[in-house]
Amino acid sequence: MARTGRNKPSLRVLVWLGVILAAMTAVLAGGTMSGVASWSPKLALDLEGGTQMILAPKVEGGSDINEEQLNQAVAIIRQRVDGSGVAEAEISTQSGRNVVVSLPGTPSTETRALIQASADMNFRPVLVTGAGAAVPAAERTPAAQLPKPTAKPTNASDSNWITADVQKQFEALDCDNPAQDKQERSDPAKPLVTCEPATDQTPAIKYILGPVEVKGVEIQGSTFQLQQGAQGAVTNEWAVNIQFNAEGTAKFKTVTERLNQFYVAAGGETGSDPKSQFAIVLDDQVISAPRSQAVITDGRPQITGGFTEQSAKALSDQLRFGALPISFDIQSEQQISATLGGEQLRMGLLAGLIGLLLVVVYSLFQYRALGFVTILSLVVAGALTYLAIAILGWTENYRLSLAGVAGLIVAIGQTADSFIVYFERIRDELREGRGLVSAVENGWKRAKRTVLASKAVNLLAALVLYFVAVGNVRGFAFTLGLTAIADLIVVFMFTHPTLQQLARTRFFGEGHKFSGLDPERLGAVPLYRGAGRLRSPEDKPSVVRAKNTGAAAEAERRMTIAERRRAEQQEQLAGSSKGPAKEGK
Amino acid sequence: MSSFAKFGNELYTGKRSYDFVGSKKIWFAVAAVLVALSILIPAVKGGFNLGIEFRGGSEFTVSNVKTTEASVGEKAVHDVVPGSVPRVANVAGTTMRIQTDKLSDDETLKIKEGLTKAYGVTDNEVTSTFVGPTWGADVTKQALIGLVVFVALATVLMALYFRTWKMSLSAIVGMLVTMFITAGVYALSDFEVTPSAIIGFLTVLSYSLYDTVVVFDKIRENTADIDSSTRRTFGEEVNLAVNQTLVRSINTMMVAILPVGAILFIGAGLLGAGTLRDLSLALFVGILIGTAATIFIAAPMYAWLRQGEAPLVKQAQRVQQRRADAAAKAAAAEPAKA
Repeated sequence: MARTGRNKPSLRVLVWLGVILAAMTAVLAGGTMSGVASWSPKLALDLEGGTQMILAPKVEGGSDINEEQLNQAVAIIRQRVDGSGVAEAEISTQSGRNVVVSLPGTPSTETRALIQASADMNFRPVLVTGAGAAVPAAERTPAAQLPKPTAKPTNASDSNWITADVQKQFEALDCDNPAQDKQERSDPAKPLVTCEPATDQTPAIKYILGPVEVKGVEIQGSTFQLQQGAQGAVTNEWAVNIQFNAEGTAKFKTVTERLNQFYVAAGGETGSDPKSQFAIVLDDQVISAPRSQAVITDGRPQITGGFTEQSAKALSDQLRFGALPISFDIQSEQQISATLGGEQLRMGLLAGLIGLLLVVVYSLFQYRALGFVTILSLVVAGALTYLAIAILGWTENYRLSLAGVAGLIVAIGQTADSFIVYFERIRDELREGRGLVSAVENGWKRAKRTVLASKAVNLLAALVLYFVAVGNVRGFAFTLGLTAIADLIVVFMFTHPTLQQLARTRFFGEGHKFSGLDPERLGAVPLYRGAGRLRSPEDKPSVVRAKNTGAAAEAERRMTIAERRRAEQQEQLAGSSKGPAKEGK
Repeated sequence: MSSFAKFGNELYTGKRSYDFVGSKKIWFAVAAVLVALSILIPAVKGGFNLGIEFRGGSEFTVSNVKTTEASVGEKAVHDVVPGSVPRVANVAGTTMRIQTDKLSDDETLKIKEGLTKAYGVTDNEVTSTFVGPTWGADVTKQALIGLVVFVALATVLMALYFRTWKMSLSAIVGMLVTMFITAGVYALSDFEVTPSAIIGFLTVLSYSLYDTVVVFDKIRENTADIDSSTRRTFGEEVNLAVNQTLVRSINTMMVAILPVGAILFIGAGLLGAGTLRDLSLALFVGILIGTAATIFIAAPMYAWLRQGEAPLVKQAQRVQQRRADAAAKAAAAEPAKA
């Protein structure tokens, strides 16, 4: 077997594989050194411990939710969760229908309620305002003096809305200790007693509000910007702009016409009639209650007054999110203790290790030295997969879940499968009487198609699973697909070139007993196979006409010689042979 | 090993041969009975043992318990929700699982606290899961969509790859048989059907097709020159291909099932119910059945679908003719020698 130049391409492929591995390692190392990546893959919640909620968003009115709305839903939840001070929350969409919220630890009742609640934004006119604290019991209005509305209220700002009950509720309300868990939705047609929670700059304020006049859904958009002065010059004041739709514009015009009268009557800027205020109510809490300083006819009010850039953005976002009446149903919730998560990861890794060991033992048993090629290939595939997962964890925030670990373990077997297909093909070629070098070439040509087709099936399954998977099993599909790709790379760029190289060594090329490719053991050469049995022409499998060129053609010729020789021998022996017997039953 | 290699050689040359194709009637009958049973058993038993994800409810897992008494857990639940009927089970080693009907947040917290005390564990060792009532329907719908999409895409892929509908059809039938029987085993054994099990189940379908692709590739190779050959009939050629890939089938199945078995053992033995066990159980059962379905159903079915084709019938006649000639020649030679 002459050492031809054909081993050079296979070496080059191996070098390329090394380059890929080195490049991936370098990328990850770079990320790690700059502190944005980590050598270890990120772990999902079921391994790290924490809470995972799967929420189904519901648009009021039962209409289907579209992708943009779903993304808004995610934004709403993210804002709420961030606002509640939970660090490291992961919020994502799933299958285009659900929102998955993963939080470390166990969320408080408040956080849960916050996540679940629908954003319900309304505009209500203010009737009465007061300091946030509850009125001490002794100072409350005596029963006799409680308001008794004399007539039906004529508009939303009518004081006749304030009944005795409303007054009592208002006085008892303590906005310094508000009950945050507001699952009950207020009736939009009735007055509402509620708070504007305290902020850094302002103390809490409580309100009696009239019925809903403009709904959040009537907001078309909201922006924030630096306010423009009289001459059009930009001032240092932040302002929030609202844009109503046609219906909202008409309603808002009527409202501001009324409110502006209170404003003007109270003396304009110096006045303080609460009835000139218009409260923006989100989830039954006042987020802002600006005064109506002008009649707005174009549906583009601007809210100003003491905003910082941050608070202007926050209000603007709230207005925009609030425009979408989405609420959430908790579909499933899982609280996994860190202990259990750690335990599961340990057990998962142990299972993987045992699985790997079993596969290694089995391939060494079945393929002898060739088994080492399998092991090395698995190692390379493992390295590729590990690097890919760590890099994806950094760039795509991919997190390895328990199901993902299961996918990796299952993949050990599926990866080893392609080697078996290949090795069996080589053995088949050897049985046909080919030399090892050509057996490796021919076996590869046939195995390649099979491996590609079968990996396509695997990938297809992984893709389908990934896109329709529900719950936390998506990780399984992901790792399954990832390993299928890694497997293809390894078979093409490692296993095959390595075998091309090995076929040129004496150990393998001469078919050492322990090489796993011993032609004698594979029944290739000897015609006489013990027990007085001869290989009859019937035993000889049909030789497939390969349409190969180059090495394969050479192999073909060699084999033809071998065949011819065998045929000659057979003819000589024919005299003592019984006729061809039909095999099998 | 030597005997296994010899086994492989004999299968390859056809010296040793198992008649998978010839006995197709038996295999088809067996498969038909098994598939019928797989449909009947769940129907009679009233369906599958559905996991909490499908039923809705709350579930607590308590690790490292001091006692595995079920009554302890029942009492803890009763203390909070007097009328409820919790299912308490020792799932593995020192892990208890308590399932209840849907609970409110408050009740969940209280029961969690109660279980922590009752089983003498720390807060960290209690895991709780809540599943809403509509979730199961959602999961089922998605799984069915996945199934239909996968089968449809796989059929297209198979058709493109094999370029003959008879091969595609046989491969898909083999896969469906695997699907039904695996589901039947699940129904019979009362294994819990969870979303993880369903994902494992869908993966089994991919494995089943994968296995069939490899065997069919060999069949196609062996039968490429069938028109000009008088050595074997088409059915015999298919049978030889199955025999020649038998060692590969066994090896592939082994390396696929070894890691799955490791997860199953670790998952079931040490962790109790959960993602790992549910997934691996479906895979374990499915891989065994999938491999068998390729050998006993898909390949014989392909031979059966094609045996009536005119050129193949003629070819079979030529083979018979040649064999008759050879036999006659041998018979003529025999007395002369004697």
